[in-house]
Amino acid sequence: MKKLIYADNAATTALSPAVLTKMMPYLTTQYANPSSLYSFSEEAKSAVETAREQVATALGARVNEIYFTSGGSESDNWAIKGFAQAMKKKGKTHIISSAFEHHAVLHTLKALEKQGFTVTLLPVHEDGLVRVDELKAAITPETGLATIMMANNEIGTIQPIKELAAVCKENGVVFHTDAVQAVGHIPVNVDELGVDMLSLSAHKFHGPKGVGALYIRRGVLPAVLIDGGAQERGRRAGTENVAGIVGLGEAITLAVATMDETALKLQELRDYFMDQALQIERSRVNGHRVNRLPGNVNMCFEGIEGESLLLMLDMHGICASSGSACTSGSLDPSHVLLAIGLPHEIAHGSLRLSFGEDTTKEDVDAILQALPPIVERLRAMSPLWERIVKENA
Amino acid sequence: MYTEQVMEHFANPRNVGEIADADGIGEVGNAKCGDIMKMYIKVEDGRIKDVKFKTYGCGSAIATSSIATEMIMGKTIEEALALSNKAVVEALGGLPAHKIHCSVLAEQSIKAAIADYYTRQGIDPTPIVGNISECEHCHDGGCCNN
Repeated sequence: MKKLIYADNAATTALSPAVLTKMMPYLTTQYANPSSLYSFSEEAKSAVETAREQVATALGARVNEIYFTSGGSESDNWAIKGFAQAMKKKGKTHIISSAFEHHAVLHTLKALEKQGFTVTLLPVHEDGLVRVDELKAAITPETGLATIMMANNEIGTIQPIKELAAVCKENGVVFHTDAVQAVGHIPVNVDELGVDMLSLSAHKFHGPKGVGALYIRRGVLPAVLIDGGAQERGRRAGTENVAGIVGLGEAITLAVATMDETALKLQELRDYFMDQALQIERSRVNGHRVNRLPGNVNMCFEGIEGESLLLMLDMHGICASSGSACTSGSLDPSHVLLAIGLPHEIAHGSLRLSFGEDTTKEDVDAILQALPPIVERLRAMSPLWERIVKENA
Repeated sequence: MYTEQVMEHFANPRNVGEIADADGIGEVGNAKCGDIMKMYIKVEDGRIKDVKFKTYGCGSAIATSSIATEMIMGKTIEEALALSNKAVVEALGGLPAHKIHCSVLAEQSIKAAIADYYTRQGIDPTPIVGNISECEHCHDGGCCNN
């Protein structure tokens, strides 16, 4: 059996053993419902509140600004749909976002458009970055909300959130950021950034799946998305995922504690990989070279198709991802790669590697060894490559 | 996601390459959609004496081209023309629903190569081969129309 090389940490991460240990009591003996009255439930209740403090500390927020959810998608849906409903009462019906948001945001905005809201998607340019002046220019008297992701899930580019949020604040526009890819990997402080709402998800930083949080600044009041019981101070119903919440609290604490060290290591691996892989002819790095997540590599290799590339990497035990249409089950290549201006035929040949704290130099070298022969093999059987070579002869 | 047969043909594709003095060459699909299949055939006494392919595309595009070349090798032109995308899918033990168009491309690339063969012979291929339509998903408002 070949060694598994996991380079898809943007998709999900391995649950940290230390996090699992903290979760175990709440999956076994401490099963009480935190809302119950008897003393048996106190341990669960207090565990949830400890986790809330951990998340608040990690984000520089107040404990009563943290709301636990089922993950990033729910947090995004709640922030955007909930706030859209609230702002409508004040006659605001316009929302600004960017062209390369995660589908949890884009599809939420589509749903709102059907309800009569108008949406402006800002361009992200070739470098994968939103421009502050373009956000400013897009604000109208009807604008109530802007939602721009902190770090892109495919190309890892990091937006100037502080500047974007400041422009919104000046104009009375509430600012939400989907920080699912950022939290635990780069510094995120809600006050320094000046954001009003922020989404995060535990499984992107070695926590469990199925749990996340929405930060909501005091005074910002998105309508309730999940109606029911009085959990989360009456704003998000449903019996708490106690073990998951405990895991989230522990994972975010660990991630923040080791962030600087991990980021340095990952940046080195990332830059080393890109430098080496760029030696493959007709290859390119997608998105800004430096202003991107420490562990994110996204490249295109002309003349080949991404799914074939992934299948061949998989035969070498390498787990990677692609923005190719074929991998998504849709017919179009990644909307992110199209948004940064890549033509379809180049976007089809993309490869995303996302390194994590467990990634070693040996792993990266193994990928660098496997990749060029795979690209060469696929190009040798590609009539598109044949054409590219002829056209550039 | 893929059957063993698909993975086997993808990992070890048969008849990859070009035929320098081919009697017919057919190319279908386009780069924008993410798949192009190019078939080369050599014809002798009304039979497919040799066939080679080059494919740009996903795993199932490569696997369907590979198995299609095996299915027509040594067959008469009539038999090769009768190869349906359904037969290709069956021979691979099935394809995921959104990959069926790859098998359509495989069928069409063979028809295109045979049409080219007839054209080179000075014979109008349309009554024999019929119209070779573009891949269906392009027409259904898929990638190419965006």
